[in-house]
Amino acid sequence: MPPTLLSGNESVAQGAWEAGAVVGVGYPGTPSTETLESFARLPDVYAEWAPNEKVALEVAAGVSMGGSRVLVTMKHVGVNVAADPLFTLAYTGVKGGVVILAADDPGMHSSQNEQDSRNWGPFARVPVLEPSDSGEARELTLRAFELSERFDVPVILRTSTRIAHSKGLVETGERAERPATPYESDPAKWLMLPANARLRREFLEERMSALRVFADETDINRVEMRDTTLGVVTSGVCYQYVREAIPEASVFKVALSFPLPAAALARFASSVRRLMVVEEGDHYLARSIRALGIDVEDVGLPKTGELSPGKIATAFGHEPGPTRAPVEGLPARPPLMCPGCPHRSVFYALRKMKAVVTGDIGCYTLGATPPLSAMDSCVCMGASIGMAHGVRLSGGDTGRRPVVGVIGDSTFAHSGITGLTHMAYNSGAGTILILDNRITAMTGHQGNPMMGQTLMGNETVEIDVEKLCEALGIEDVTVVDPHDLDRTEAVLREKTAEENLSVIVFRSPCALLLRTEEQPVAVDEDACTACGLCIRLGCPAIGTGEGGVAVIDVSLCVGCGDCVQVCRFDAIRPVGPVCDIGGV
Amino acid sequence: MTAPTTVMLAGVGGQGTILAADVLAKVAAAAGLDVKLSEVHGMAQRGGSVDTVVRFGESVASPITDPGGADHLVAFEMIEAARRIPFLKPDGRLLVNTRLIEPLPVLIGAADMPEDLEARLAEQGAIFIDAEELACEAGSEKAANIVLMGALSTGLQFPEEAWHGVIATRVPPKTVETNLRAFELGRQACRKGECLL
Repeated sequence: MPPTLLSGNESVAQGAWEAGAVVGVGYPGTPSTETLESFARLPDVYAEWAPNEKVALEVAAGVSMGGSRVLVTMKHVGVNVAADPLFTLAYTGVKGGVVILAADDPGMHSSQNEQDSRNWGPFARVPVLEPSDSGEARELTLRAFELSERFDVPVILRTSTRIAHSKGLVETGERAERPATPYESDPAKWLMLPANARLRREFLEERMSALRVFADETDINRVEMRDTTLGVVTSGVCYQYVREAIPEASVFKVALSFPLPAAALARFASSVRRLMVVEEGDHYLARSIRALGIDVEDVGLPKTGELSPGKIATAFGHEPGPTRAPVEGLPARPPLMCPGCPHRSVFYALRKMKAVVTGDIGCYTLGATPPLSAMDSCVCMGASIGMAHGVRLSGGDTGRRPVVGVIGDSTFAHSGITGLTHMAYNSGAGTILILDNRITAMTGHQGNPMMGQTLMGNETVEIDVEKLCEALGIEDVTVVDPHDLDRTEAVLREKTAEENLSVIVFRSPCALLLRTEEQPVAVDEDACTACGLCIRLGCPAIGTGEGGVAVIDVSLCVGCGDCVQVCRFDAIRPVGPVCDIGGV
Repeated sequence: MTAPTTVMLAGVGGQGTILAADVLAKVAAAAGLDVKLSEVHGMAQRGGSVDTVVRFGESVASPITDPGGADHLVAFEMIEAARRIPFLKPDGRLLVNTRLIEPLPVLIGAADMPEDLEARLAEQGAIFIDAEELACEAGSEKAANIVLMGALSTGLQFPEEAWHGVIATRVPPKTVETNLRAFELGRQACRKGECLL
């Protein structure tokens, strides 16, 4: 079969499938998301979205204890959430192989921080593998399952955006079927009471010793000897950059990033005149190699963001090639809420109210950007609720500005429910807005426990938020259609004026989900007074024409009707036949 | 070993750069070349600036490129063409869709549109194509990305049939005819100009 063009994510899915994994479980997060979606499309497997990464890894632990191989997928910050089971799963080890994909996002294309997931290796004492392209992503996933079972340990497969979302040609193979084995209880291995855990703690060290021996013997890492003046240790996508930037250098290509092969690295160091490390993220390799007693010179590469062949070539003293001068005076093009987005009107109202808004992770974080500019914080999944509560506890005087926590449906299911439980339990006051757009939107439309569809495409139950709030002891719950702008603002003003804990659920499907039959709208130039109110919605379909009058791009307008309601001069009307504005 | 060819596709999230890049990469692969492609998903895609890089040749290491590294820059929108100009080699080929999408800072009056954009791009040697109009002529505005691949194809070594084969398998079945027409119109438009290499 000719090689197939696959992304790193698709290659990990392919590798897991070939390895005979029967279950995949994870939580969507850029750049990891398509891995589980690809896996779910392969034959003879089953895959699930979990509400969060911790649950995903716990499910995986069960699959493993039951004897089958399992793939777990998440982005770098997801591993923080899964860290609790991860550390103890390192104690229990596995029965069926467990491979955890941790996809890092250097440069923060779609993340709130940069984290280097290789650090989990020494922290949790689990092996870490790092592919450098799609072909290796498949191959190392297969190797990761072997390692997992051979050394009785969960294995982290660490990728980054340029591995996950780059495509390359991959030679694929057949699936190795692994028949399920009869279940046998093994509490000494799986039941981590202190007495058992202490024994497994000893095993952890024995296993590390065995892994260190393996690291020096395996062919997973590779040495490419060229000019011996310069030796470079590198891993992941940086290996590809090094090959282009300094093709003359000898290279120690690390694929098993933890544990590192001490003897092999020492041999390489002694065979080159200068030893340097090229890596993105933390100086993980440089630090670890120095800890082995091997001298590494500092290259002086940027400490933040992504590297590139050019950045590396420059650091090694190569003259950059000729370039064209940048074109000056270009407007920035930040990401924005889509036309018809149900989140827009909520932030439009919050801005008018000058609310203190603790935000969360999702498309609605874009409510922070002009012209809506209605968000004060965004920290991590679920933080909006705890932070709204905390701002009130701080005693800091927000004046007349109400404190509001804003969280999306999937994020609420991920880690908002615990925050809301906390607020209710501790008699907190404030208003929590759940923006329920019936999908996990930012990562490309995945199902979640709030919307009634599973990853395998089956219909399922959905969380009844109103009843859930009631069960938590919250009596004040209101459901609002955010495309009804008057009611949106009225309910927000009413609820935030009260000294209690209230929840407002703004429920309307993501604009990209709707095959809208609404008519686009247009501006009557004679009626428009150029007041600029509709512009403040920040809709990409609305711009300004001559004399400041509003102009609507009918090719972008989806007829949501938000601007029609904002206009005080009845200057925005449907194009063509009358339509039912506002209803969803 | 000859250096790989680097094509950068620049546009606005939602314009179809990813599918176009995928078509190009598969055409290169069908020709027996090594190929790598790099794109960005997630928040960056929500109507923001996006660029996708396709590199092909005997052997390709890096999936991304640096300023001065692209042999071809195919811009789906004029501001994005200007933004990515530094990536194009001084002797590289610049294809620009005449579409202009005002970014949000301009729409809300926080930034101005650049003046004389078309003239400044022309100074850079741009070959202009009205991809949306040609796509409409082919049957659907959505095929604008394939129009641009047709234009790009006149500067690459791959046979026309190879493109047809990939397009036919990569676009939704009902739109194959439209997309093949769009590809041909993009090719013709480019041939009419002085852009044949």
